[in-house]
Amino acid sequence: MKRARVAYAGAIHDAVEVRGMLQLEDGRLVNQKDVVWLPPVQPHTIFALGLNYADHAKELAFQTPDEPLVFLKGPNTLLGHRGVTRRPAACTFMHYECELAVVMKCSARHVKAEKAFHYIEGYTVANDYVVRDYLENYYRPNFRAKNRDAATPIGPWLVDVEDVGDPMDLTLRTFVNGQLIQEGSTKNMIFNIPYLIEYLSGFMTLNAGDVILTGTPKGAVNVEVGDVVVTEIEKVGKLENMIVGED
Amino acid sequence: MVNCIIRLCGRAQPYEATLNINENKLKLHNEWMTIDHFALDIPITGTVYGTLLNYKGAISKLGEAVYEIPYKKPPEAPILYMKPVNTHLAHGAPIPLPADVQELEVGAALGLVIGRTACRVTKASALDYIAGYTIANDVSVPHRSYYRPAIREKARDGFCPIGPWIVEKAAIKDPNNIGIRVYVNDVLCQENTTANHIRSVEELLADVTAFMTLFPGDVLLTGVPEGAPLIGAYDRVRIEIDGVGVLENPVYPENKSMEGENQ
Repeated sequence: MKRARVAYAGAIHDAVEVRGMLQLEDGRLVNQKDVVWLPPVQPHTIFALGLNYADHAKELAFQTPDEPLVFLKGPNTLLGHRGVTRRPAACTFMHYECELAVVMKCSARHVKAEKAFHYIEGYTVANDYVVRDYLENYYRPNFRAKNRDAATPIGPWLVDVEDVGDPMDLTLRTFVNGQLIQEGSTKNMIFNIPYLIEYLSGFMTLNAGDVILTGTPKGAVNVEVGDVVVTEIEKVGKLENMIVGED
Repeated sequence: MVNCIIRLCGRAQPYEATLNINENKLKLHNEWMTIDHFALDIPITGTVYGTLLNYKGAISKLGEAVYEIPYKKPPEAPILYMKPVNTHLAHGAPIPLPADVQELEVGAALGLVIGRTACRVTKASALDYIAGYTIANDVSVPHRSYYRPAIREKARDGFCPIGPWIVEKAAIKDPNNIGIRVYVNDVLCQENTTANHIRSVEELLADVTAFMTLFPGDVLLTGVPEGAPLIGAYDRVRIEIDGVGVLENPVYPENKSMEGENQ
Protein backbone atom coordinates (compact mmCIF):
# COMPACT_ATOMS: atom_id res chain seq x y z
CA MET A 1 0.00 0.00 0.00
CA LYS A 2 1.12 3.58 -0.71
CA ARG A 3 0.16 6.04 1.99
CA ALA A 4 0.30 9.83 1.99
CA ARG A 5 -0.51 12.79 4.20
CA VAL A 6 -2.18 15.63 2.40
CA ALA A 7 -3.99 18.88 3.00
CA TYR A 8 -7.30 18.97 1.16
CA ALA A 9 -10.19 21.39 1.40
CA GLY A 10 -9.01 22.95 4.62
CA ALA A 11 -8.04 19.85 6.61
CA ILE A 12 -5.18 17.41 6.94
CA HIS A 13 -5.86 13.84 5.90
CA ASP A 14 -4.21 10.46 5.72
CA ALA A 15 -4.73 9.04 2.26
CA VAL A 16 -3.93 5.93 0.23
CA GLU A 17 -3.32 5.56 -3.46
CA VAL A 18 -6.25 3.99 -5.34
CA ARG A 19 -6.10 3.72 -9.14
CA GLY A 20 -3.97 6.83 -9.47
CA MET A 21 -6.27 8.81 -7.18
CA LEU A 22 -5.98 9.60 -3.48
CA GLN A 23 -8.55 8.07 -1.18
CA LEU A 24 -9.06 9.96 2.09
CA GLU A 25 -10.00 8.19 5.35
CA ASP A 26 -13.66 9.09 4.82
CA GLY A 27 -13.71 7.37 1.43
CA ARG A 28 -13.57 10.46 -0.79
CA LEU A 29 -11.48 10.00 -3.92
CA VAL A 30 -9.57 13.13 -4.86
CA ASN A 31 -7.23 14.00 -7.67
CA GLN A 32 -3.52 14.08 -6.80
CA LYS A 33 -3.32 17.54 -8.35
CA ASP A 34 -5.92 18.96 -5.96
CA VAL A 35 -4.06 18.34 -2.73
CA VAL A 36 -1.11 19.88 -0.97
CA TRP A 37 1.32 17.06 -0.24
CA LEU A 38 2.73 16.91 3.28
CA PRO A 39 5.62 14.78 4.51
CA PRO A 40 4.16 11.24 4.80
CA VAL A 41 5.78 10.77 8.21
CA GLN A 42 6.07 12.84 11.39
CA PRO A 43 9.14 11.38 13.04
CA HIS A 44 10.44 12.13 16.51
CA THR A 45 13.99 11.62 15.35
CA ILE A 46 15.42 11.93 11.86
CA PHE A 47 18.74 10.17 11.31
CA ALA A 48 20.85 10.85 8.25
CA LEU A 49 23.95 9.22 6.85
CA GLY A 50 26.90 11.00 5.31
CA LEU A 51 29.32 9.41 2.85
CA ASN A 52 27.40 6.12 2.76
CA TYR A 53 28.12 5.43 -0.92
CA ALA A 54 31.75 4.81 -1.85
CA ASP A 55 31.43 6.65 -5.17
CA HIS A 56 30.01 9.78 -3.47
CA ALA A 57 32.73 9.76 -0.80
CA LYS A 58 35.33 9.54 -3.57
CA GLU A 59 33.65 12.36 -5.51
CA LEU A 60 33.98 14.59 -2.43
CA ALA A 61 37.56 13.38 -1.88
CA PHE A 62 36.78 11.66 1.41
CA GLN A 63 37.94 8.26 2.52
CA THR A 64 35.12 5.84 3.05
CA PRO A 65 34.31 5.85 6.75
CA ASP A 66 34.99 2.80 8.91
CA GLU A 67 31.96 3.60 11.07
CA PRO A 68 28.64 5.11 9.89
CA LEU A 69 28.77 8.91 9.75
CA VAL A 70 25.43 9.70 11.38
CA PHE A 71 23.85 13.08 12.01
CA LEU A 72 20.40 14.15 13.18
CA LYS A 73 17.92 16.57 11.68
CA GLY A 74 15.14 18.68 13.13
CA PRO A 75 11.47 18.66 12.08
CA ASN A 76 11.94 22.13 10.55
CA THR A 77 13.73 20.49 7.63
CA LEU A 78 10.90 18.33 6.28
CA LEU A 79 8.87 19.39 3.26
CA GLY A 80 6.20 17.65 1.20
CA HIS A 81 6.16 16.55 -2.44
CA ARG A 82 5.89 19.44 -4.90
CA GLY A 83 7.10 21.92 -2.29
CA VAL A 84 9.64 24.66 -2.78
CA THR A 85 13.07 24.90 -1.21
CA ARG A 86 14.85 28.22 -0.84
CA ARG A 87 18.35 28.73 -2.13
CA PRO A 88 20.34 31.32 -0.14
CA ALA A 89 21.15 34.27 -2.39
CA ALA A 90 24.85 34.33 -1.57
CA CYS A 91 25.59 30.64 -1.96
CA THR A 92 27.56 29.11 -4.83
CA PHE A 93 27.06 25.38 -4.31
CA MET A 94 23.78 23.85 -3.18
CA HIS A 95 23.03 20.32 -4.25
CA TYR A 96 20.30 17.70 -3.95
CA GLU A 97 20.86 14.28 -2.46
CA CYS A 98 18.50 11.51 -3.54
CA GLU A 99 18.17 9.14 -0.59
CA LEU A 100 16.18 6.06 0.34
CA ALA A 101 14.39 6.85 3.62
CA VAL A 102 13.63 3.98 6.01
CA VAL A 103 10.61 4.44 8.30
CA MET A 104 10.64 2.50 11.57
CA LYS A 105 7.61 0.42 12.56
CA CYS A 106 8.30 0.04 16.26
CA SER A 107 10.65 0.81 19.06
CA ALA A 108 14.06 -0.75 18.42
CA ARG A 109 16.88 -1.37 20.89
CA HIS A 110 19.68 -3.92 20.56
CA VAL A 111 18.31 -5.25 17.27
CA LYS A 112 20.48 -7.70 15.35
CA ALA A 113 20.93 -7.07 11.63
CA GLU A 114 19.26 -10.35 10.67
CA LYS A 115 16.05 -9.25 12.46
CA ALA A 116 16.16 -5.64 11.32
CA PHE A 117 13.50 -5.91 8.62
CA HIS A 118 10.89 -6.81 11.27
CA TYR A 119 11.33 -3.28 12.61
CA ILE A 120 10.72 -1.44 9.32
CA GLU A 121 7.31 0.00 8.41
CA GLY A 122 8.21 1.06 4.91
CA TYR A 123 10.19 3.38 2.69
CA THR A 124 9.93 6.78 1.15
CA VAL A 125 12.10 9.09 -0.95
CA ALA A 126 14.04 12.01 0.51
CA ASN A 127 16.03 14.78 -1.09
CA ASP A 128 18.44 16.00 1.56
CA TYR A 129 19.77 19.28 0.18
CA VAL A 130 23.06 20.69 1.43
CA VAL A 131 24.46 24.18 1.04
CA ARG A 132 28.16 23.40 0.78
CA ASP A 133 29.20 27.05 1.21
CA TYR A 134 28.16 26.78 4.86
CA LEU A 135 30.02 23.57 5.71
CA GLU A 136 32.32 23.94 8.71
CA ASN A 137 34.59 21.34 10.28
CA TYR A 138 32.75 21.12 13.58
CA TYR A 139 30.19 18.34 13.94
CA ARG A 140 30.35 18.26 10.15
CA PRO A 141 27.97 18.25 8.31
CA ASN A 142 26.89 21.13 10.52
CA PHE A 143 23.34 22.41 10.90
CA ARG A 144 23.76 25.60 8.89
CA ALA A 145 24.66 23.47 5.85
CA LYS A 146 22.32 20.54 6.49
CA ASN A 147 19.46 21.49 8.84
CA ARG A 148 17.87 24.35 6.96
CA ASP A 149 14.13 25.02 6.92
CA ALA A 150 12.26 23.03 4.26
CA ALA A 151 15.48 21.73 2.72
CA THR A 152 14.62 18.04 3.09
CA PRO A 153 11.69 17.23 0.80
CA ILE A 154 10.27 13.78 1.59
CA GLY A 155 7.55 11.64 0.02
CA PRO A 156 5.26 11.48 -1.81
CA TRP A 157 4.41 8.03 -0.43
CA LEU A 158 5.19 5.83 2.48
CA VAL A 159 5.38 2.46 0.71
CA ASP A 160 4.86 -0.69 2.77
CA VAL A 161 7.93 -2.81 3.33
CA GLU A 162 6.32 -5.83 1.58
CA ASP A 163 5.72 -3.85 -1.59
CA VAL A 164 9.38 -2.96 -2.00
CA GLY A 165 11.01 -6.33 -1.50
CA ASP A 166 14.79 -6.09 -1.28
CA PRO A 167 15.64 -2.46 -0.49
CA MET A 168 19.32 -3.14 -1.16
CA ASP A 169 18.86 -3.37 -4.92
CA LEU A 170 16.94 -0.26 -5.96
CA THR A 171 17.92 2.29 -8.58
CA LEU A 172 18.08 5.92 -7.47
CA ARG A 173 17.87 8.72 -10.03
CA THR A 174 17.80 12.48 -9.87
CA PHE A 175 16.53 14.63 -12.73
CA VAL A 176 17.05 18.39 -12.90
CA ASN A 177 14.67 20.06 -15.33
CA GLY A 178 14.01 16.66 -16.88
CA GLN A 179 17.66 15.76 -17.41
CA LEU A 180 19.10 12.69 -15.67
CA ILE A 181 21.97 13.96 -13.52
CA GLN A 182 22.49 11.42 -10.75
CA GLU A 183 22.12 7.65 -10.88
CA GLY A 184 23.09 4.91 -8.48
CA SER A 185 21.91 1.79 -6.73
CA THR A 186 21.21 1.11 -3.08
CA LYS A 187 23.34 -2.02 -3.47
CA ASN A 188 26.37 0.30 -3.30
CA MET A 189 25.66 1.52 0.21
CA ILE A 190 28.71 1.07 2.43
CA PHE A 191 26.60 0.35 5.51
CA ASN A 192 23.39 -1.38 4.48
CA ILE A 193 20.00 -0.92 6.14
CA PRO A 194 20.13 -3.94 8.50
CA TYR A 195 23.62 -2.89 9.61
CA LEU A 196 22.48 0.68 10.27
CA ILE A 197 19.56 -0.50 12.42
CA GLU A 198 21.86 -2.78 14.40
CA TYR A 199 24.41 0.01 14.77
CA LEU A 200 21.99 2.74 15.90
CA SER A 201 19.84 0.51 18.11
CA GLY A 202 23.05 -0.78 19.70
CA PHE A 203 23.49 2.47 21.63
CA MET A 204 20.09 4.21 21.57
CA THR A 205 16.38 3.54 21.19
CA LEU A 206 14.73 4.16 17.85
CA ASN A 207 11.00 4.87 17.94
CA ALA A 208 8.06 4.06 15.68
CA GLY A 209 7.93 6.59 12.87
CA ASP A 210 11.58 7.55 13.12
CA VAL A 211 13.28 7.97 9.78
CA ILE A 212 16.75 6.99 8.59
CA LEU A 213 18.00 8.76 5.47
CA THR A 214 20.52 6.29 4.10
CA GLY A 215 22.84 8.54 2.08
CA THR A 216 23.28 9.43 -1.56
CA PRO A 217 25.38 8.11 -4.46
CA LYS A 218 27.66 10.28 -6.58
CA GLY A 219 26.43 12.95 -8.94
CA ALA A 220 26.29 16.12 -6.86
CA VAL A 221 25.68 19.13 -9.10
CA ASN A 222 24.73 22.68 -8.12
CA VAL A 223 21.09 23.72 -8.54
CA GLU A 224 19.82 27.21 -9.34
CA VAL A 225 16.64 29.15 -8.68
CA GLY A 226 13.84 27.87 -10.91
CA ASP A 227 15.23 24.35 -11.23
CA VAL A 228 12.77 21.51 -10.87
CA VAL A 229 14.45 18.60 -9.09
CA VAL A 230 12.93 15.13 -9.22
CA THR A 231 14.43 12.41 -7.03
CA GLU A 232 13.19 8.95 -7.91
CA ILE A 233 13.68 5.57 -6.34
CA GLU A 234 12.55 2.39 -8.05
CA LYS A 235 9.40 0.91 -6.42
CA VAL A 236 9.24 3.75 -3.86
CA GLY A 237 8.32 6.89 -5.73
CA LYS A 238 9.15 10.07 -7.52
CA LEU A 239 9.56 13.19 -5.38
CA GLU A 240 9.37 16.60 -7.01
CA ASN A 241 10.75 19.87 -5.63
CA MET A 242 11.44 23.32 -7.00
CA ILE A 243 14.25 25.68 -6.07
CA VAL A 244 13.21 29.26 -5.34
CA GLY A 245 15.09 32.34 -4.22
CA GLU A 246 15.18 33.93 -0.79
CA ASP A 247 12.49 36.53 -1.50
CA MET B 1 9.18 33.58 44.29
CA VAL B 2 8.67 32.97 40.60
CA ASN B 3 6.03 31.42 38.42
CA CYS B 4 6.83 28.20 36.67
CA ILE B 5 5.29 25.46 34.56
CA ILE B 6 5.48 21.90 35.83
CA ARG B 7 4.35 18.55 34.54
CA LEU B 8 3.32 15.86 36.99
CA CYS B 9 3.67 12.13 36.40
CA GLY B 10 0.28 10.70 35.52
CA ARG B 11 -1.22 14.03 34.48
CA ALA B 12 -1.49 14.94 30.82
CA GLN B 13 -1.79 18.68 31.29
CA PRO B 14 0.86 21.08 32.47
CA TYR B 15 0.31 23.05 35.69
CA GLU B 16 1.21 26.58 36.65
CA ALA B 17 2.92 26.72 40.02
CA THR B 18 4.88 29.16 42.16
CA LEU B 19 8.45 28.31 43.02
CA ASN B 20 10.48 29.32 46.07
CA ILE B 21 13.97 28.15 45.18
CA ASN B 22 15.54 29.15 48.51
CA GLU B 23 13.05 27.18 50.57
CA ASN B 24 12.86 24.33 48.06
CA LYS B 25 9.08 24.64 47.83
CA LEU B 26 6.41 24.73 45.16
CA LYS B 27 2.93 26.18 45.52
CA LEU B 28 0.23 24.42 43.57
CA HIS B 29 -3.49 25.20 44.03
CA ASN B 30 -2.67 27.60 46.90
CA GLU B 31 -0.75 25.07 48.93
CA TRP B 32 3.00 25.19 49.56
CA MET B 33 4.78 21.85 49.61
CA THR B 34 8.41 20.80 49.45
CA ILE B 35 9.58 19.95 45.96
CA ASP B 36 10.24 16.31 46.85
CA HIS B 37 6.51 15.96 47.43
CA PHE B 38 5.84 16.22 43.69
CA ALA B 39 6.45 13.53 41.07
CA LEU B 40 7.83 15.94 38.50
CA ASP B 41 7.88 14.84 34.88
CA ILE B 42 9.84 16.23 31.93
CA PRO B 43 8.45 19.77 31.51
CA ILE B 44 9.20 20.20 27.82
CA THR B 45 7.67 18.64 24.74
CA GLY B 46 9.62 20.01 21.77
CA THR B 47 12.94 19.42 20.09
CA VAL B 48 16.08 20.05 22.17
CA TYR B 49 19.09 21.57 20.41
CA GLY B 50 22.51 21.98 21.97
CA THR B 51 25.16 24.55 21.08
CA LEU B 52 28.82 23.53 20.83
CA LEU B 53 31.67 25.78 22.01
CA ASN B 54 29.64 28.76 23.21
CA TYR B 55 31.80 29.40 26.29
CA LYS B 56 34.94 31.48 25.90
CA GLY B 57 36.84 29.01 28.06
CA ALA B 58 35.71 26.08 25.88
CA ILE B 59 37.01 27.60 22.66
CA SER B 60 40.24 28.87 24.26
CA LYS B 61 40.87 25.36 25.55
CA LEU B 62 41.04 24.23 21.93
CA GLY B 63 43.73 26.89 21.41
CA GLU B 64 45.65 26.76 18.15
CA ALA B 65 43.95 23.47 17.24
CA VAL B 66 41.11 25.45 15.64
CA TYR B 67 43.57 26.46 12.89
CA GLU B 68 44.81 22.92 12.37
CA ILE B 69 43.45 19.82 10.68
CA PRO B 70 40.63 18.86 10.83
CA TYR B 71 39.09 22.17 11.91
CA LYS B 72 41.27 24.54 9.83
CA LYS B 73 39.54 27.66 11.19
CA PRO B 74 37.45 28.71 14.18
CA PRO B 75 33.70 28.11 13.96
CA GLU B 76 31.70 30.90 12.32
CA ALA B 77 27.99 30.05 12.58
CA PRO B 78 26.61 28.44 15.75
CA ILE B 79 27.48 24.72 15.78
CA LEU B 80 24.42 22.82 16.88
CA TYR B 81 23.43 19.26 17.70
CA MET B 82 20.28 17.53 18.87
CA LYS B 83 19.35 15.80 22.07
CA PRO B 84 16.62 13.56 20.60
CA VAL B 85 13.57 12.31 22.47
CA ASN B 86 15.22 9.10 23.69
CA THR B 87 17.68 11.22 25.68
CA HIS B 88 15.07 13.22 27.60
CA LEU B 89 14.92 12.33 31.28
CA ALA B 90 12.99 13.73 34.24
CA HIS B 91 14.47 15.35 37.35
CA GLY B 92 15.39 12.57 39.75
CA ALA B 93 15.40 9.74 37.22
CA PRO B 94 18.61 7.74 36.92
CA ILE B 95 21.01 8.53 34.07
CA PRO B 96 21.88 5.17 32.48
CA LEU B 97 25.63 4.49 32.41
CA PRO B 98 26.17 2.34 29.28
CA ALA B 99 27.91 -0.96 29.89
CA ASP B 100 30.81 -0.04 27.58
CA VAL B 101 31.55 3.27 29.32
CA GLN B 102 33.25 4.03 32.65
CA GLU B 103 32.53 7.74 33.06
CA LEU B 104 30.27 10.40 31.61
CA GLU B 105 30.71 14.13 31.19
CA VAL B 106 28.24 16.50 32.81
CA GLY B 107 27.05 19.29 30.51
CA ALA B 108 25.48 22.01 32.62
CA ALA B 109 23.32 24.03 30.26
CA LEU B 110 20.79 26.82 30.43
CA GLY B 111 17.78 25.96 28.25
CA LEU B 112 15.86 28.66 26.41
CA VAL B 113 12.27 27.46 26.04
CA ILE B 114 10.72 28.90 22.91
CA GLY B 115 7.32 30.55 23.29
CA ARG B 116 6.42 31.39 19.72
CA THR B 117 7.65 30.42 16.30
CA ALA B 118 11.09 31.96 15.91
CA CYS B 119 12.29 32.40 12.35
CA ARG B 120 14.87 35.00 11.34
CA VAL B 121 14.48 36.95 14.56
CA THR B 122 16.56 40.03 15.25
CA LYS B 123 18.81 40.44 18.26
CA ALA B 124 16.62 43.28 19.47
CA SER B 125 13.46 41.19 19.52
CA ALA B 126 15.01 37.82 20.41
CA LEU B 127 13.85 37.71 24.03
CA ASP B 128 10.23 38.14 22.88
CA TYR B 129 10.39 34.58 21.54
CA ILE B 130 11.39 33.02 24.85
CA ALA B 131 8.65 31.61 27.11
CA GLY B 132 11.00 30.76 29.95
CA TYR B 133 14.10 28.93 31.08
CA THR B 134 14.97 25.44 32.19
CA ILE B 135 18.05 23.40 33.12
CA ALA B 136 19.53 20.59 31.08
CA ASN B 137 22.27 18.14 31.83
CA ASP B 138 23.73 17.59 28.38
CA VAL B 139 25.43 14.28 29.21
CA SER B 140 28.14 12.93 26.90
CA VAL B 141 30.49 10.04 26.60
CA PRO B 142 33.84 11.88 26.80
CA HIS B 143 35.20 12.57 23.32
CA ARG B 144 38.09 14.73 22.17
CA SER B 145 37.25 15.41 18.55
CA TYR B 146 34.48 17.80 17.49
CA TYR B 147 34.97 17.03 13.81
CA ARG B 148 32.09 14.61 13.28
CA PRO B 149 28.61 14.71 14.85
CA ALA B 150 28.85 12.92 18.18
CA ILE B 151 25.64 10.89 18.03
CA ARG B 152 27.06 7.85 19.81
CA GLU B 153 28.52 10.12 22.46
CA LYS B 154 25.58 12.50 22.99
CA ALA B 155 22.36 10.77 21.90
CA ARG B 156 22.23 7.71 24.12
CA ASP B 157 19.09 6.92 26.10
CA GLY B 158 18.64 9.16 29.12
CA PHE B 159 21.51 11.49 28.22
CA CYS B 160 19.49 14.67 28.63
CA PRO B 161 17.97 15.17 32.07
CA ILE B 162 15.90 18.34 31.74
CA GLY B 163 13.73 20.36 34.13
CA PRO B 164 12.54 20.17 36.82
CA TRP B 165 10.31 23.00 35.51
CA ILE B 166 10.20 25.94 33.18
CA VAL B 167 10.54 29.24 35.02
CA GLU B 168 8.77 32.13 33.36
CA LYS B 169 10.88 34.58 31.43
CA ALA B 170 10.28 37.37 33.96
CA ALA B 171 12.07 35.32 36.62
CA ILE B 172 15.43 36.04 34.98
CA LYS B 173 16.42 39.68 34.69
CA ASP B 174 19.50 39.11 32.58
CA PRO B 175 20.03 35.63 31.11
CA ASN B 176 23.55 36.70 30.11
CA ASN B 177 24.72 37.02 33.68
CA ILE B 178 23.65 34.04 35.74
CA GLY B 179 25.73 31.61 37.71
CA ILE B 180 25.88 27.88 36.98
CA ARG B 181 27.27 25.31 39.42
CA VAL B 182 27.67 21.56 39.27
CA TYR B 183 27.88 19.37 42.37
CA VAL B 184 28.79 15.70 42.28
CA ASN B 185 27.86 13.92 45.50
CA ASP B 186 27.41 17.36 47.10
CA VAL B 187 30.94 18.48 46.19
CA LEU B 188 31.20 21.62 44.06
CA CYS B 189 32.96 20.52 40.84
CA GLN B 190 32.31 23.29 38.38
CA GLU B 191 31.33 26.92 38.51
CA ASN B 192 30.77 29.26 35.62
CA THR B 193 28.45 31.99 34.41
CA THR B 194 26.53 32.77 31.26
CA ALA B 195 28.49 36.03 31.21
CA ASN B 196 31.18 33.85 29.58
CA HIS B 197 29.02 33.03 26.57
CA ILE B 198 30.60 33.78 23.22
CA ARG B 199 27.18 34.50 21.72
CA SER B 200 24.72 36.10 24.12
CA VAL B 201 21.25 34.61 24.36
CA GLU B 202 19.99 37.24 21.92
CA GLU B 203 22.84 36.74 19.45
CA LEU B 204 22.47 32.98 19.59
CA LEU B 205 18.74 33.10 18.87
CA ALA B 206 19.28 35.53 15.99
CA ASP B 207 22.12 33.49 14.44
CA VAL B 208 20.36 30.13 14.81
CA THR B 209 16.98 31.28 13.51
CA ALA B 210 18.72 32.83 10.50
CA PHE B 211 18.82 29.32 9.02
CA MET B 212 16.37 27.21 11.01
CA THR B 213 13.03 27.81 12.68
CA LEU B 214 12.48 27.09 16.35
CA PHE B 215 8.92 26.16 17.27
CA PRO B 216 6.95 26.76 20.48
CA GLY B 217 8.11 24.23 23.07
CA ASP B 218 11.53 23.72 21.47
CA VAL B 219 14.54 24.22 23.71
CA LEU B 220 17.85 25.76 22.71
CA LEU B 221 20.68 24.99 25.13
CA THR B 222 23.12 27.89 25.22
CA GLY B 223 26.22 25.74 25.63
CA VAL B 224 28.19 23.88 28.26
CA PRO B 225 31.17 25.38 30.14
CA GLU B 226 34.69 24.00 29.81
CA GLY B 227 36.00 21.52 32.34
CA ALA B 228 33.03 19.16 32.40
CA PRO B 229 32.90 17.16 35.65
CA LEU B 230 32.99 13.39 35.24
CA ILE B 231 30.43 11.08 36.81
CA GLY B 232 30.29 7.34 37.24
CA ALA B 233 27.97 4.66 38.56
CA TYR B 234 26.02 5.62 41.68
CA ASP B 235 27.18 9.24 41.65
CA ARG B 236 24.60 11.96 42.17
CA VAL B 237 24.89 15.04 39.96
CA ARG B 238 23.22 18.35 40.73
CA ILE B 239 23.15 21.37 38.47
CA GLU B 240 22.18 24.74 39.93
CA ILE B 241 21.37 27.71 37.76
CA ASP B 242 20.68 30.96 39.60
CA GLY B 243 17.03 31.90 39.40
CA VAL B 244 16.10 28.77 37.45
CA GLY B 245 16.51 26.03 40.02
CA VAL B 246 18.21 22.74 40.72
CA LEU B 247 18.25 19.63 38.51
CA GLU B 248 19.47 16.48 40.21
CA ASN B 249 19.90 12.92 38.92
CA PRO B 250 21.73 9.82 40.07
CA VAL B 251 23.77 7.65 37.69
CA TYR B 252 22.97 3.93 37.53
CA PRO B 253 24.41 1.18 35.39
CA GLU B 254 22.22 0.96 32.29
CA ASN B 255 20.73 -2.43 33.14
CA LYS B 256 19.59 -1.16 36.53
CA SER B 257 18.33 2.23 35.39
CA MET B 258 15.00 1.07 34.04
CA GLU B 259 13.02 -1.86 35.31
CA GLY B 260 12.10 -4.35 32.66
CA GLU B 261 14.39 -3.04 29.98
CA ASN B 262 15.61 -5.84 27.74
CA GLN B 263 19.27 -6.37 27.21
